[in-house]
Amino acid sequence: MARKTPEIPSASLADIAFMLLIFFLVTTTMDVDSGLERRLPQWVDETQQQDDQQIKERNVFVVLVNRNNDLLVEGEYADIENLRERAKEFMANPYDDESLPEKEPTQVPYFGEVMVTKGVISLRNDLDTKYGTYIAVQNELVGAINELRDELSQQQFGKSYNDLDRDQQNAVREIFPSRISEAEPKKVGGN
Amino acid sequence: MHKFRKKGGKELPPISTASLPDIVFMLLFFFMVSTTMREVTYMVHIRLPEATELSKLEKKSLVSYIYVGEPLLQYQKTFGIAPRIQLNDQFANVGDIQDYIIAERESRDEAERPLMITSLKVDENTKMGIVTDIKQELRKSAALHINYSSRKRTPH
Repeated sequence: MARKTPEIPSASLADIAFMLLIFFLVTTTMDVDSGLERRLPQWVDETQQQDDQQIKERNVFVVLVNRNNDLLVEGEYADIENLRERAKEFMANPYDDESLPEKEPTQVPYFGEVMVTKGVISLRNDLDTKYGTYIAVQNELVGAINELRDELSQQQFGKSYNDLDRDQQNAVREIFPSRISEAEPKKVGGN
Repeated sequence: MHKFRKKGGKELPPISTASLPDIVFMLLFFFMVSTTMREVTYMVHIRLPEATELSKLEKKSLVSYIYVGEPLLQYQKTFGIAPRIQLNDQFANVGDIQDYIIAERESRDEAERPLMITSLKVDENTKMGIVTDIKQELRKSAALHINYSSRKRTPH
């Protein structure tokens, strides 16, 4: 009969595992990366740049942020707390107000013919604006559109926007498009 | 009169450590699965801005990072305290971004290239000037899908 092989000592197993554990604790991070997702417009050469399309004034929601991080919404000082409400009101225009954007009848799947807003949100910042303020403003504008979409999906499908399937999401997106345009930055006020 | 107790007569048996490796291995696997490797060592100080409308970056392999912030204390002698751009493990200028994006693109599969996302990790006290320059460079290199990295705002 063959000799029995001696058992491998397992006393050091714990130490080895501890070492590995500590290595992973030190070299890895736990945080999930998240942030505001945006799409930049295509690059246009300056030589090819045409004059901006003329958009009626009532269809544009102008947000300016100056170097002191003050907000100018549609020509008047505003607080960031009210921005979301105002952007929502602008995009939805529930009472067909004359000063709010025009609407255009469009065929949308699931909804039939609905009035789709022609509104565009224009955001312009100064070169000295703080990044934190810029993100806060972006956040409110994106939030306004997200809330409108959510409300519409609740009303139509009884579900929140994120739970809809792809076609339904596209339909809702057609009614409330995310039209936030960022003009090339200029000096805005406060020299 | 009572008897003196014999020394070591009723000692507790030592706790068995046979299951210790198993416990530690369990912890190890937990950390291996739930965490990700650090991409780079930060050379700039970044405090991310707060936001509520967050979306998660799903696939880490598709993400390229651009860091902007004040250089850390040990680099301030050489690089000053003005916010700087960090790409991979070194400081860079705005002009280097196009090369960086091209290099990032080259290192991915052909099929994955259209899905790539650029994550901007910018300190909240940075001026928009530098961020705008970066955005223009990204537009030039057709990396249009971006993500402004931010923290979840906790309700007050």
